[in-house]
Amino acid sequence: MRRLGQINPRTLPLLATLGVFILAYALCALQFPAMLSTRVAANLLTDNAFLGIVAVGMTFVILSGGIDLSVGSVIAFAGVFLAVTIRAGLDPIVGFALVLVLSTAFGAVMGAMIHYLETPPFIVTLAGMFLARGVCFLMTTDSIPIDHPVYDTLSGLTWRIPSGGRLSLIAVVMLLVFVAGIVLAHRTRFGTAVYGLGGNRASAELMGVPIARTTILIYALSSGLAGLAGIVFSLYTSAGYSLAATGVELDTIAAVVIGGTLLTGGVGTVAGTFLGVMIQGLIQTYVIFDGTLSSWWTKIVIGALLFGFIIFQRGLVHLAVRRRQAARLAAA
Amino acid sequence: MTLARPFRALPAATPQILTFVLVLLANWAVFPDFFDLRLQDGRLFGSLIDVLNRGAPVAILAVGMTLVIATKGVDLSVGAVMAIAGAVAATLAADGQPLPVILAAALSVGLLCGLWNGLLVAILDIQPIIATLILMVTGRGIAQLVTEGQIVTFTHEGLIAVAGSALLGLPMPVVIALALAGAVAALVRFTALGLLIESIGVNRTASTYAGVDSRSVLLAAYGVSGLCAALAGLIAASDIRGADANNAGLWLELDAILAVVIGGTSLFGGRFSILLSLVGAFVIQAMNTGILLSGYPPEMNLIVKATAIVLILVVQSPAATRLKGFFGPKGGRP
Repeated sequence: MRRLGQINPRTLPLLATLGVFILAYALCALQFPAMLSTRVAANLLTDNAFLGIVAVGMTFVILSGGIDLSVGSVIAFAGVFLAVTIRAGLDPIVGFALVLVLSTAFGAVMGAMIHYLETPPFIVTLAGMFLARGVCFLMTTDSIPIDHPVYDTLSGLTWRIPSGGRLSLIAVVMLLVFVAGIVLAHRTRFGTAVYGLGGNRASAELMGVPIARTTILIYALSSGLAGLAGIVFSLYTSAGYSLAATGVELDTIAAVVIGGTLLTGGVGTVAGTFLGVMIQGLIQTYVIFDGTLSSWWTKIVIGALLFGFIIFQRGLVHLAVRRRQAARLAAA
Repeated sequence: MTLARPFRALPAATPQILTFVLVLLANWAVFPDFFDLRLQDGRLFGSLIDVLNRGAPVAILAVGMTLVIATKGVDLSVGAVMAIAGAVAATLAADGQPLPVILAAALSVGLLCGLWNGLLVAILDIQPIIATLILMVTGRGIAQLVTEGQIVTFTHEGLIAVAGSALLGLPMPVVIALALAGAVAALVRFTALGLLIESIGVNRTASTYAGVDSRSVLLAAYGVSGLCAALAGLIAASDIRGADANNAGLWLELDAILAVVIGGTSLFGGRFSILLSLVGAFVIQAMNTGILLSGYPPEMNLIVKATAIVLILVVQSPAATRLKGFFGPKGGRP
């Protein structure tokens, strides 16, 4: 019955993503050999650090069968909050801590609303998106530069890697978040609860998964990581701007889906999301390297990839259902 | 538990109408000239007309969005479709094409986008949020492809008249919005179509087993939504006499969803009212205008909208419905 079964169908999307990434990188490198340098690779990590951090949180949300549209606004909120408070004389380190606490609490409230009001996540997080963006605008509508010794030290912190590349602090933070995310998803009770919730909510509840706590924690985690991404983003740009990071929620969702996480929840990996983020970064790098392509091609290619991967997922789900039916027939 | 109730919508409309009146009265309180209307050159002017005129694009989007949400779906791509339709119209207008060609081209592009969404949802069984997300991401890129990254401007008399002319004293966008909403509402309420849409929203599998051709109905709902988006895009382009692929219709999908939710259409599918969504769209615009008139920064808008969503969610939530007395037994959902 399990002739195809040597490869677990659940890891198939991850393998497909890995294949696409290697293929794309190979094609890029063929055209521009400089793409193979560690400098480009290190920049790929640095430029997409904030996207990667948010994507880890979004992976948990989507694994649980939900969606979080508020992350872009939370990133902007973190940046504006830091810029305004640092200008007012607050120590950045205290600012970082405050941002993390505020954004995590914000996510927890959204999670509580989703659970206790029994409303679709997308509308609750839509309200969160409006609220966070509105608070940004109320604090300031200008782009405020951040000028503080701590910022200079942190953004100047890099580690040399062989052949000229420099691994920046924010890239390291992103990699650490991914490692922590992988451990959290696959090695803890919380991770199992998230998979259970996304796989089948009713069964998970009957098996004793604490639905309320898990839902609240998932959205708290997502918003908290969005706050961390906002800190990283403000280190990256050295400024806070209330219109920053618009549309990041869509890039993030796209990265998670391209990374092989099933949008219906229950199936997917954090590691796949990393590849999804890198594929998006690669497309942007290619557009920059080419120089003649216009920026809108990035959107079209990402849209096409998104479409391709969703169709691929549908096919896999279809296949799994067919196989299950066949197994049932054979048993009967 | 009767689902099709053409006239029972009237008593149920009270909260929405009341909200609209309250918001208008609040505007009047901060700006005493709010209700002043004057007739000049055969058309009406005044803040109230302004609210209707500015609210028209969202109202048009809300008509299509109501049908989609009633099938338990959502269409996130309407803003991007607006941008595509506007880009197509502006490019053709800049070429000096006649108005019928421009209208036909822009509307068919919108219909095509809508049918594409419908195809993904109805035939390929992809969740609506995700299916329409694809076009939302790609759509702006396509619009920029059409305009070649430029902001295309035009001086085409015919196309400018789409938003700039007036009928019976009312600005054309308002006339279009009202006529469209009236026509679609009549279509769904005086035929079985509305019933079929509601039944799919409540339980698609059961409706399919009961003999409803759910695929065709879903395709039609998303097609109408695309068509409405194209119409709104035409008005937006005509209004600014140009097409801005980056900003045309930006965030309007969210306003349209909010309008539908204020209108009392359930996000869980099933119960819907097109005319109340129209009221919802005008409530949103009246709030926008009110914030501007009262001198608060326009950025307050987002916070007011967020508060509105939260309030509606609390009132609409199954938890609140269980606490009787809030909404009474009208919901039809346990």
